[in-house]
Amino acid sequence: MKLAYWPGCVSRGFTTELHGSMAFTAEKLGIELVELDRANCCGAGVIAEHNQELADTLNARTFALAQQTGLAMMNICSTCQGAQSECQQRLDADSAYRAHINEMLSGQGLSYEKGKDGFTNKNFLWLLVEDYGLDKLAEKVVRPLSGLRVGPFYGCYVVRPKERLGYDEFPDRDVYLEQVIEVLGGEVVEYDGARKCCGFPVITMNRETSLRQSGTHVGDAIDAGADCLVTPCPLCHLNLDMQQPEAAKVVNRDLGLAVLHLPQLVGLALGAEPKQLGMSRHIASTGWVEERLAAPVTA
Amino acid sequence: MAEYTLKVRRYQPESGEGPYWEQFQVDLDPTLSVLDGLLQARDREDGSLSVRCSCKAAICGSCGMKINGQSGLGCKTQIGEAQELAEKKASASGTGNGEKPTIVVEPMGNMPVIKDLITDMESTHWTKIRRVTPWLLPHGEAPEREYVVEPESMIDITQSMACIQCGACVSSCLSMEADPDFIGPAALAKAYRFVGDPRDGETVERLHDLAEDPHGIYDCTHCFSCIDACPKGVAPMDQIMRLRRKAGEHGIEDPNNGHNHEAAFVKIIEKKGTLDESLLLQESFAPGVKGKLKPTKGAIKGLLGSIPTAIRGLKTGKMRSLPKLIPGVHPKLPDGAQDEVKAIYAHAEEHREEFNIYIKGEEDVEPEPDEIETEETTA
Repeated sequence: MKLAYWPGCVSRGFTTELHGSMAFTAEKLGIELVELDRANCCGAGVIAEHNQELADTLNARTFALAQQTGLAMMNICSTCQGAQSECQQRLDADSAYRAHINEMLSGQGLSYEKGKDGFTNKNFLWLLVEDYGLDKLAEKVVRPLSGLRVGPFYGCYVVRPKERLGYDEFPDRDVYLEQVIEVLGGEVVEYDGARKCCGFPVITMNRETSLRQSGTHVGDAIDAGADCLVTPCPLCHLNLDMQQPEAAKVVNRDLGLAVLHLPQLVGLALGAEPKQLGMSRHIASTGWVEERLAAPVTA
Repeated sequence: MAEYTLKVRRYQPESGEGPYWEQFQVDLDPTLSVLDGLLQARDREDGSLSVRCSCKAAICGSCGMKINGQSGLGCKTQIGEAQELAEKKASASGTGNGEKPTIVVEPMGNMPVIKDLITDMESTHWTKIRRVTPWLLPHGEAPEREYVVEPESMIDITQSMACIQCGACVSSCLSMEADPDFIGPAALAKAYRFVGDPRDGETVERLHDLAEDPHGIYDCTHCFSCIDACPKGVAPMDQIMRLRRKAGEHGIEDPNNGHNHEAAFVKIIEKKGTLDESLLLQESFAPGVKGKLKPTKGAIKGLLGSIPTAIRGLKTGKMRSLPKLIPGVHPKLPDGAQDEVKAIYAHAEEHREEFNIYIKGEEDVEPEPDEIETEETTA
């Protein structure tokens, strides 16, 4: 499997461990990634809030760059997925609007064509389940995550709005994390916050609202007995992990729960050492996860 | 006909007891609604089961409730589909212990419960609606006859006019869950209905009011819950983003630093192509710091607040190195790609076209390429 790969800004910035663990995990899975190094930021909804045409043109440019490779596109960020799907929905809705956007891109030798070669843009989670396949993933598991209790955390941008995100065709997209956790041998922890908002989009605007959201979800997962959370979204990771000590102050309780990026969780089951996956870079210690996995399997 | 189990969250204030769960067995066609199921349970089992409803056709907006955790209308949710969702949830979480999963029905969230499924719409929903001055404030003398406006100029607000005041979006709002003072999706969608109305004379004042309230348009956490909850396609979050866009066009400063954050984000992508997080933090709180320090309201507090996080990040190596923390070190896109991004900015900032799928709809069939060409040549 060979894919045009958009890692997103945050995996190149504050969560480099995501970028690194994706590279490791892709190799183990036998997926070849062709990085789109000329592509631009998805706008994270913020550019669309400022100027919709600007966001649509910037993302059409990214899609056009991916289409030049002739490959399907993969991202590793729920926010990229949501922001890009929003623009793609508008671009795909109307040929005249698409022509207007492409007129700008044509000067750069680029053009976004709806459905060209069955073009899709999917995040790693969707791709893993729908294209790679859970059976094939199961075959690759060399260290089942037995006894590891994992709470899923999706990120709003891959669960809502359903009508835009392909739920008609793939109605189970909001339970894929649970499916992956089980295939990797882990135990799914049910708690209230799995599909709620991490609060990141308002961290600079309303810090208290933002940290109350992340702190509440982390606390709920701890109360439900989770050893860690797993998320396909690096922005959720920033609020759940990097801001966790600050969130603990807002919700006024002890936290301390490891938050893994999806490629890290998969990588662990494929035999990687935590250090290879950059887990020492996290703010909330991943030590407990490592202890759990090092313990002899009793089952 | 099929059998279903409704697990209803009940509350009877006169009993002096707290809320409790009760299950009802109902028997009806899968294409009938969850509301039909509740009414059957009331008729056959317990006449005290309380639910507000009237039209049973998604018009009156009375039967807002949570079904399997999703906010919506009881009358617009088919009971067969609700059962499928309950089964999917049970199987995903591993709680399906062989028994048939139940459809969970609760009163709306973010509102006090009066009795069973009946919530107090007054204390949250209607109070917040009144907060945004939901009536027309025209300029000058009223015309002798009706106001005359271009039909096209009213089309823009038809989406927010479709609201039936059911409160489902308020029930689903994840910002309000963390900050009950948030003005919220229903009221802000209503606010856009007047901000976008060409007859209204107080557009700028309205935008100032909504942006300068610390629980206003910049308190929305962009979670899309209201979009999925709304039974009428109003997409309240989209209306909030349009309010932000308009407030930005008027350069309105706000105590949440929302406008500065947006402006900084947009500027950084123009310069660098991808996000320089350190520069974003600095520019959001103190725009133009390189030239002259001009901290905005709350800037010092905001910057100080982010220092402990930055120090922890440096210690673990999360923030790769000290230079990464220096705003501006972040690289541009390679080989002329940055100039392409800049050219897109120059073009789009001039056009600022907005494409609203709700109004324009999606093309059913892709026109043949030669048809498009014909259109273009004749235009």
